Amino acid sequence: MIARVSLRAGVLAYLAAILLVPVGLVFWRTFEHGLHAPWAAISAPDARQAFWLTIEIALVTVPLNTVFGVLCALAIVRRRFPGKGLLNALVDLPLALSPVVVGLALYLLYGRAGWLGPWLTSHGVQVLFALPGMILATIFVSLPFVVREVVPVLREIGTDQEEAAATLGAGSFAIFRRVTLPAIRWAIAYGVVLTTARALGEFGAVSVVSGRIVGKTETLTLYVQDQYESFNTTGAYAASVLLALLAIGTLVLMTVFRPKEGI
Amino acid sequence: MRRIALLCLTLGIAATNAPAASKDTTLALVAYSTPKEAFAKIIPAFQATPAGRGINFTQSYGPSGDQAQAIVAGLPADVVDLSLAPDLQTLVKAGLVDKSWDKNAYQGIVTRSVVVFVVRQGNPKHIKDWGDLVKPGVEVLTPNPFTSGGARWNVMAAYGAQLRAGKTPAQATAYLTTLFHHVSVQDKSARDALNTFLSGKGDLLLTYENEAKLALAKGQAAYYVIPKATIRIENPVAVLKNSKNKAAAQAFVKFLYSTAGQRLFAESGYRPVNLRVIKSFNFPVRPWLFTIGYVGGWDKVEKQFFDPNNGVMAKIERGLGH
Amino acid sequence: MVSVTEALPLRAPRLGLPVGAGVVGGYLSLIVLVPLAALAARAGDFSRVLSNPEAVSALKLTLGLSFGVVVVNAVTGTAIAWVLVRDEFRGKQLVNAVIDLPFALPTIVAGLTLLALYGPRGSSGINLAYTRAGVLLALLFVTLPFVVRTVQPVLLELDRDMEEAAASLGAHSTAIFRRIVFPNLLPAILSGVALAFARAVGEFGAVVLISGNLPVKTEVASVFIFGRIQSNDVAGAAALSLVLLGISFAVLLGVGALRRWATRHDRQS
Repeated sequence: MIARVSLRAGVLAYLAAILLVPVGLVFWRTFEHGLHAPWAAISAPDARQAFWLTIEIALVTVPLNTVFGVLCALAIVRRRFPGKGLLNALVDLPLALSPVVVGLALYLLYGRAGWLGPWLTSHGVQVLFALPGMILATIFVSLPFVVREVVPVLREIGTDQEEAAATLGAGSFAIFRRVTLPAIRWAIAYGVVLTTARALGEFGAVSVVSGRIVGKTETLTLYVQDQYESFNTTGAYAASVLLALLAIGTLVLMTVFRPKEGI
Repeated sequence: MRRIALLCLTLGIAATNAPAASKDTTLALVAYSTPKEAFAKIIPAFQATPAGRGINFTQSYGPSGDQAQAIVAGLPADVVDLSLAPDLQTLVKAGLVDKSWDKNAYQGIVTRSVVVFVVRQGNPKHIKDWGDLVKPGVEVLTPNPFTSGGARWNVMAAYGAQLRAGKTPAQATAYLTTLFHHVSVQDKSARDALNTFLSGKGDLLLTYENEAKLALAKGQAAYYVIPKATIRIENPVAVLKNSKNKAAAQAFVKFLYSTAGQRLFAESGYRPVNLRVIKSFNFPVRPWLFTIGYVGGWDKVEKQFFDPNNGVMAKIERGLGH
Repeated sequence: MVSVTEALPLRAPRLGLPVGAGVVGGYLSLIVLVPLAALAARAGDFSRVLSNPEAVSALKLTLGLSFGVVVVNAVTGTAIAWVLVRDEFRGKQLVNAVIDLPFALPTIVAGLTLLALYGPRGSSGINLAYTRAGVLLALLFVTLPFVVRTVQPVLLELDRDMEEAAASLGAHSTAIFRRIVFPNLLPAILSGVALAFARAVGEFGAVVLISGNLPVKTEVASVFIFGRIQSNDVAGAAALSLVLLGISFAVLLGVGALRRWATRHDRQS
């Protein structure tokens, strides 16, 4: 009994020290003098631009990765083709890669001395130090989530129903829409939540490719760092709180959509 | 669903590359880490003039050396304001800035400053001059000379001060070695170094006078001492050769040199180059002030001190373990 | 039991969309493969990396700290999972949800929150900025969920009968844990540890504010690489990146193998 209580206490103390107290403290410090200062900080033009840039990047990244995720999961589970192992590894790779390395790879590809950079620039397309580069970086790092959530579900539901539908004469798109999709929709939802969280919170890779152009290539995460390093702790905390609220929203959705254990 | 995604991606790329409306021009200003607050005042003032009407700005700030490299790597820029001439030379060598950038009335220099010692409140270690920096137990902060322009000014100030005090070049170099053994952190940029100092690390920070003044103005604990012998910092500005808005860029640079622009720089702690403006501000004159010419000029100094393989600083850094 | 798909002749109706591997491959190539190829091509001389003392220190520090972090996580993660599965108390559901916070919170915000408590103007009075302890703390924050989430499902499914039988035969609870529970948890713990290691090795955002990037002392590999990129020394950055990538990849492959070994009894041949 004592052992159980002390283990519980130890675990809660660890969580408090590492996680709960620091996060709670940022909320406290942001609002301890009232709502006015943080609200003013977050309404500053640079902050608003950073927020909308972050949203804009997520609005492109998440749908693309969701579509890719479902297609890729279908390919992995339902098809046999050479190089499937490589595909699997490539999809998982963003999870093991440092975000700075992701940024570097893009830098090497789209920079002035890169493989694609000069060709693109000569056609008027700026990738690095501009929005497309940041989108590409965010897509890279948030790539695996939908795939990894959908694959096990696809495996588990098997192909019986789909085959039945096929023998009844349904075309493949209709089968997908009416049979497959409903079965995997919660897995997709969970994957989308994870992808969104990752996209909103990306920092390392966009740090490398952003060029520090204030108001234009500063996402909300980069804005936090910039504010902190410019002695504007109010601005840094206010933006952090906003991001933390988005994170908590994500947590709630994760809890709602989490694949139930044992099913 | 795929069509929507493709549409989003196309819109995203198009949005960034849409040509500016013919009335509104956008200038890309790329600068070193410290003049951000100065430009926050200068840009609106420029936009209020007839020459500046309808001109929008994007701004990027970072360590001087890194910013130059970023432009070489493709960072879009119309006007560049860097910490020291060699970083601008990087751009000249890459074919991005014209060779004649320094052939105007001000030799291409838009602001000046001096190297100062930022110390703790009350100056508990009684630091007044360069000799005090190498006393036992004194922890010095300076950025890394291979990324930060400010750090290179610091190094040449230290070196030149020794020469000014009558030491031989060999003794001055030995002083640099000892000095860097007292350096506990080498941040990437001058602004990062100031932050580190303000967070409690170190007894003394070597930085630009304008940085110290800015921090004081923001209520930070940055008390500073100007040593008797110090170097005159000169920050260059230039318009990029491939700028698509050359006329607007040149108008902006002209404003920076004008009385109005210089006054705004001075209010942000920079020493102006415009003689009319200097007179109305009270910048202390140091008896043993010297310029980069005194220690050989940047071309010679860059090779002798900051060559990444054989420079004096490279050897010192290697001796420190990095 | 043979899966139905495998029993069908190859000319059976194709399931899934008639889009498949082509589009998927194209997307992956554009987003992942080609950039990585550019990285590999520009990596230049590996001996440059090995002869650069700052790079070697950064790598050693990164590996050392990451190893330390995963050892701590193996213990704390298992303990947390145990409490979440076997214990009952008010607010347990909330604690369970909160475990995922490091997944959802941006790393730079994580770093800032740690500084608020453990930084120079932190409320705890302990200043861990510019110390290895500070870096360790940041890594513990971001790797918190991994072991917990791999161990939890295993613990949930664990059959209590053996433990109860052992208890009724008079075995001490620590012996029960050591001999019966732990061997069952080990694959899951190792899985979580490998994932945590891969994450810790590459962490940037949480570390960059609190570490101060002091070469040799607190500069981790990702921060060093970032610095090299900023100075346009891309060859050096790419070389160290590939070393780091190689290590992460090896760890991931190990996880894959571990997972297969751990579930070898569950898979149907």
